Amino acid sequence: MTLTDILFTALNALRSNLLRTLLTMLGIVIGIAAVITLTAASEGAQQGVGDQISGLGSNLLFIRPGAVEEGGIEIPGTGPSLFLEDSRAIEAAEFEYVDSIAAQGTVGGPGDFITAQAIYLGQNRSTLMLATEPAYQFVRDFYVERGRFLVEEDLTKKALVTVLGADVADELFGTEDPIGKSIRIFAGAGGFGVGFNFTVVGVMERKGASANTDQDDVMIVPMPTFQARVTFIRDARGRTNVDQINIKLNDRGSAAQAKEEIGGMLQALHAVEEPDFRIQSQSDILDTATQVERSLQVLVVSIALISLVVGGIGIMNIMLVSVTERTREIGIRKAIGAKRLDILWQFLVESLVVTTLGGLLGVIGGVGATEFAERFNIGGENAYAVTPLWILVGLIVAAITGLVAGVYPAWRASRLDPIEALRHE
Amino acid sequence: MIRLQGVTKEYIVGTQHVRALAGVDLEIGSGEFLSIMGPSGSGKSTLMNIIGCLDRPTEGTYTLGGVDVNRLGDSQLAVLRNRHLGFVFQSFNLLPRISAIDQVALPLVYRGATNRRKVAARALDLVGLADRMHHKPTQLSGGQQQRVAIARALVSRPAIILADEPTGALDTKTSIDIMEVFRSLNAELGITIAFVTHEREVADYTNRIVALRDGAIVSDEPHAPIYRAEPVAEPATP
Repeated sequence: MTLTDILFTALNALRSNLLRTLLTMLGIVIGIAAVITLTAASEGAQQGVGDQISGLGSNLLFIRPGAVEEGGIEIPGTGPSLFLEDSRAIEAAEFEYVDSIAAQGTVGGPGDFITAQAIYLGQNRSTLMLATEPAYQFVRDFYVERGRFLVEEDLTKKALVTVLGADVADELFGTEDPIGKSIRIFAGAGGFGVGFNFTVVGVMERKGASANTDQDDVMIVPMPTFQARVTFIRDARGRTNVDQINIKLNDRGSAAQAKEEIGGMLQALHAVEEPDFRIQSQSDILDTATQVERSLQVLVVSIALISLVVGGIGIMNIMLVSVTERTREIGIRKAIGAKRLDILWQFLVESLVVTTLGGLLGVIGGVGATEFAERFNIGGENAYAVTPLWILVGLIVAAITGLVAGVYPAWRASRLDPIEALRHE
Repeated sequence: MIRLQGVTKEYIVGTQHVRALAGVDLEIGSGEFLSIMGPSGSGKSTLMNIIGCLDRPTEGTYTLGGVDVNRLGDSQLAVLRNRHLGFVFQSFNLLPRISAIDQVALPLVYRGATNRRKVAARALDLVGLADRMHHKPTQLSGGQQQRVAIARALVSRPAIILADEPTGALDTKTSIDIMEVFRSLNAELGITIAFVTHEREVADYTNRIVALRDGAIVSDEPHAPIYRAEPVAEPATP
């Protein structure tokens, strides 16, 4: 019996019970589609995080306040232990590898119970209020497009000026020119809070959204203005709190050296034995994020593989039923000269055809689903990346499932005694 | 061509030994048209399974065309069935949903032969089904299905066709037609045909009747065939 004959026989048998074949196949189709879609989503997220972190600008150090520990769980960003004064001190120390420094503080944005709103002529947008210094542009590699950025004078005067992110400017002003207009910024929770009129002096370039943050959804204000008007966070010694100090390094020293020396200096400054702050370099963050993504991917793939195992069990079950149903057919085939191997192949190829076709349909379905999600912007821009590797893995896994699920039923069929089989009703 | 010597067959059913064949000596020559008769339980089905290489004797020797069948393995027996034996069953045993021509070509598929469809078409023509080649079993009458089965049995030009109660599921008129098909295959092509039956009407067609009882041959005699073919009803001409 040639391979073509076996294939033809298998297709014929599958066609004659089309509904059953399709339903059996569905398990594999869904399993493979899940593998393709979920891996595409996790690859996409991984690339997104990578892009986002390298999009922060090259060679950055971030210093954040030390975490408060509760039951062994660190709560990041808690504890008033990082100050604008720290930033000034680092600047004053004139490390040769420090290119520029900008401290920042934020209100609003995802996860903050205090919201910040920008209001202009009845248009209202919740956004992230980011207080910082003129160097921010250079540190974060994020420049003003129209008007101007914050200048030193804004800081000394605690001026009520703001630079809007592209999205905020678009929503509040549309086609109108925002420069020189006055908007109201309100910061607070549940109707309680403070509101001030700010003059728009600039609009930032558009950076685009990545998987979980939108850098264009922001309004930038001078740090002293923020500290004076919006939050009143000073410690007992009169130092003002900041959320983060961003340091851009040049190539005259390594990130490790910078972490070491700047950390030592801050520790001495805070007069603490253990650092009450954290210094992370961009590559640290990238590593952590990659690790998180990897474990996410393992999780996602295992879920998808479980659905494939379930599909495979379904196929095995159906194949066993099919062998019993076709006992007489097997007897007839043996009587007219089919060898054990012929029967074995017939059923094995049937199972393989089901899963391989199911795998192909699953790949098409999975790619289709990601295209669909991409087109309707489910999960953000470039949230999915279908990789040839996973398509290949999907098809191979589908074929292996067919082999594993089919081999026992096929073996049983091949071992049937022809006389018994012919007598079978 | 076919020679059985001292063939016995024992089964174990539960704890009991059942002796289905108790020392059978039988020779079947080329071109014979014979029947093996006997009541239920006489061992005729067991004998047919052994002659058909579906089963092996417990003791004794069986040679088919000079080959000692006992020494062959399963797949060699399959080859033997494929090339030298044809089966026709009471219940036709056609595969569902497969057209007549593909049914008939099936033994050739397992052999890996070429131009199967042409050979299969010729076999169908021999049994008078040239105009039903692409019909499926469900679209054929009982007699036509049995003709397909006969064509399938003869397509590989076997040494012998074993027919197990081939008319058992057919009405009298159709039975006669089927027996006529067998007779003409034997007479015109010289194919050896052995019927396994308990029906006297079937045995009456044949030239030799072997009677079996309790697993042993009780008589083996030549027989003058009685033709019961009714004249084919011609439309009355005015």
